[in-house]
Amino acid sequence: MLSSDLNVILPEIILSVYAMLALLGAVYTRKDGLASTLVWITSALFLAVALWIGFNGAGTNVAFNGLFIDDGFARFSKVMILVSGAAVLMMSEGYMTRRGLLRFEYPLLITLSVVGMMMMVSAGDLMSLYMGLELQSLALYVVASLRRDSVKSTEAGLKYFVLGALSSGLLLYGASLVYGYAGTTLFSGIIQTASEGDVSLGLLFGLVFLISGLAFKVSAVPFHMWTPDVYEGAPTPVTAFLATAPKVAAMALFARVLHDAFGGAVGDWQQVVALLSLLSMFLGGIAAIGQTDIKRLMAFSSIAHMGYALMGLAAGTAFGVQSMLIYMAIYVTMSVGTFAFILSMERDGQPVSNIASLNMYSKKEPGKALAMLVLLFSLAGVPPLVGFFGKLYVLRAAYDAGLAWLAIAGAVASVIGAFYYLRIVFYMYFGEERDDGLDGGKSPVLWGMLMASAVIMVVGVVNLFGIEGMAATAAATLVN
Amino acid sequence: MSVFAFYLFAISTIAGGLLTVISRNPVHSVLWLILAFLSSAGLFVLLGAEFVAMLLIIVYVGAVAVLFLFVVMMLDVDFSQLKAEMARYMPLALLFGVIILMQFAIAFGAWESNAAAEGLRAQVTPVDRHNTEALGMILYDQYFLLFQLAGLILLVAMIGAIVLTLRQRTDIKRQNVLAQMYRDPAKAMELKDVKPGQGL
Repeated sequence: MLSSDLNVILPEIILSVYAMLALLGAVYTRKDGLASTLVWITSALFLAVALWIGFNGAGTNVAFNGLFIDDGFARFSKVMILVSGAAVLMMSEGYMTRRGLLRFEYPLLITLSVVGMMMMVSAGDLMSLYMGLELQSLALYVVASLRRDSVKSTEAGLKYFVLGALSSGLLLYGASLVYGYAGTTLFSGIIQTASEGDVSLGLLFGLVFLISGLAFKVSAVPFHMWTPDVYEGAPTPVTAFLATAPKVAAMALFARVLHDAFGGAVGDWQQVVALLSLLSMFLGGIAAIGQTDIKRLMAFSSIAHMGYALMGLAAGTAFGVQSMLIYMAIYVTMSVGTFAFILSMERDGQPVSNIASLNMYSKKEPGKALAMLVLLFSLAGVPPLVGFFGKLYVLRAAYDAGLAWLAIAGAVASVIGAFYYLRIVFYMYFGEERDDGLDGGKSPVLWGMLMASAVIMVVGVVNLFGIEGMAATAAATLVN
Repeated sequence: MSVFAFYLFAISTIAGGLLTVISRNPVHSVLWLILAFLSSAGLFVLLGAEFVAMLLIIVYVGAVAVLFLFVVMMLDVDFSQLKAEMARYMPLALLFGVIILMQFAIAFGAWESNAAAEGLRAQVTPVDRHNTEALGMILYDQYFLLFQLAGLILLVAMIGAIVLTLRQRTDIKRQNVLAQMYRDPAKAMELKDVKPGQGL
C-alpha cells in the first residue's frame, strides 16, 4: 500500500531529498561558491525528472487515499513546470553571480517551490491543494526579496507575502465552506454533491471564495494588484521565474478544481471565470500602455495572457482545457525568451529595465533585436507566429462553448494589447539615436535562450511541435 | 446544561473575536484573542474532542498568543495613526461588509446540503478509540503525505528566515577557538630582560 503510493510520488520525493541533501552539503562546506554548481545541477535534475515523467508516466494513478492524483493532465503540467524552471535557473546563474545575489539557498528554494507546484497540479483534495500552494508561495516570497539591500526588493517580498496570506485566507475560507456543505474535502467526493442545477447556495459561496484565492495566484483582475510591484521589485531572474512556472501550476490547479471537483456544475462557475478573463484581458492591455519599465510592462502583459488562458477555462469543455494547456505552453516559451532578452539588458554592468533605453537597439545588435521582434509579435498574437495560434485556440474554445461575446472581446483586447508590444519594436527600429543606449550583452546562455525561443515561434507554426495532440490527451484525462 | 455551556462558549468566542478587532489598545486585542481561543477550546470539549481543546490552549494560548503579545509590545507602531488612515476608507468598507453579510445571511439562512453530502460527512468524534489515537491514525496514516508536506513547508520557512536575516559581516574580528586552544605561552609571550638605562 504505502510502497505503491510512494512510487507514484517518486519524482517529488527525489526533488525534495535532493534539496535537503544539497542544503546539508552547502551548509557544511559553507561556501556560496558552491551556488553556481548547484544551479546547474538543479536545472539538470529538473530536465531529467521532466524527461522521466514525460516518457515514463502512464495511466491514472491515485495515491494516498485520493490526496494525490498522477494523470496525463498532471504530467503535462509538471513537464512544463520543470522545463521552464530549468530554463529560468540556467538564465539566472550569470546575472545573479555578477550582482552578488547568488546564494546557495536560491536553487534549493526554487527546487522546493517546484515540488510545491508539482503537488498543486496533482492535488486531489482541498488539503493537498492548500499544502502545495503554501509550499510553492512561501519559497517564492523568500526569493522575491532576495536582494536584501534594495528597498524595492524587500517591498516586493513583503507585498507579495501579505497579499499572498490574504489570498490564502480567502481560499481557506472557501475550502471550509465547501467542506461544510459537501461533507468532504476530496475532489472525488465534492463532485458527487455538486451536480448541475443542484448546487447548494453554501457550496456556491465556497466555490466563489476558492476561485478568488486561485485568481490571486494566477494574478487575474481584480486580484492582480500585487503583480506589477512584485515583478518590478524582485531580482529579474526571480521575475522571470514568477512569470513562468508558478503561473502554469496555478492555472493547472485552477483547471483541476473546476473540473475535478465542480465539473458537474459548469454553468455555475462559467460566468465567474469568464468575467475574470474579460477584465484581465482588458486591464492588462490598457494599463500596460503607460508603462516605462519593461518589467512592469511584462507584469501587465502576463495579466492579459492569464486572461486568455482563463478564457479557455471558461469554456468548460475538454477542448477548452486543451486550448488552455497549449496557450500556457506557448506563453511560457515566449516569456522565457523575452526574459532572456530583459536579463541581457545592461549598461556599464548595471541592469537596465527602462524601455526608452532600447532606442535604436537594432543598429547595435541586429540579431537580438530581430529575435525580440519575433517574440514581441508572437506575444501580441500577430499571425502567422505561434502566439497567434495560442490565441486562436482559446478564442475557438470560447466560441464553441457559446461564449461568442467573450471571444469577440478577446479579439478586441488583443488589438489593444498589440499597441504596447509594437511600441517596443518601434523604439528598437525607428527610435531616436541616444548616447545612453545599452551595451551588447555577452552571455551565451541568454543569447541561446532568446534565439531558441524566437526560432520556436517561427518554426512552430508548422505543427506546434505536436503539442496539440499531447494537450488533447492531457485534457481528456481531466474532463470526461 | 450542555446547551447552556454551548451558548456561553459560543457567545464568548464571538465577543472575543469582535473585541479583538475593535479594541483600541493592541495589547487588549491580544488578550481578547486569548479569550476567543479559550472559549473555542471549550466548544471542542463539548464536541468530545478533548485533545484538540488542550492543543488549542497549550499551543495557541501558551505559545502563539504570548508571542503575539511580545511582538505587539515590542513593535513601535503608532496604531492610532493607522486607525486614522483606516477611517478614510471606512464608509466604503462598511458598504461592502454589509453587502457580503447580507449575502451570507441568504446562504446560511437556507442551510441545506444535498443528500450525497450527508452520506460523505465523517463522524466528528471516533467511536471505538480515544481521541489521541484517532488523531494519530489520521495524521500518520491517512494524511501521511500532508504531514510530510507540512514538514517541508516549515523547512522552507526556516531557510527563508535564515536567508533573509543572516548577514556574514567581514569587518569584525571573529573568535577562532582552535587557534586559541593551540596557543602556548612560548609563542604568545616573549620575555625580555631589559637592562637598566638602555631601553629596548
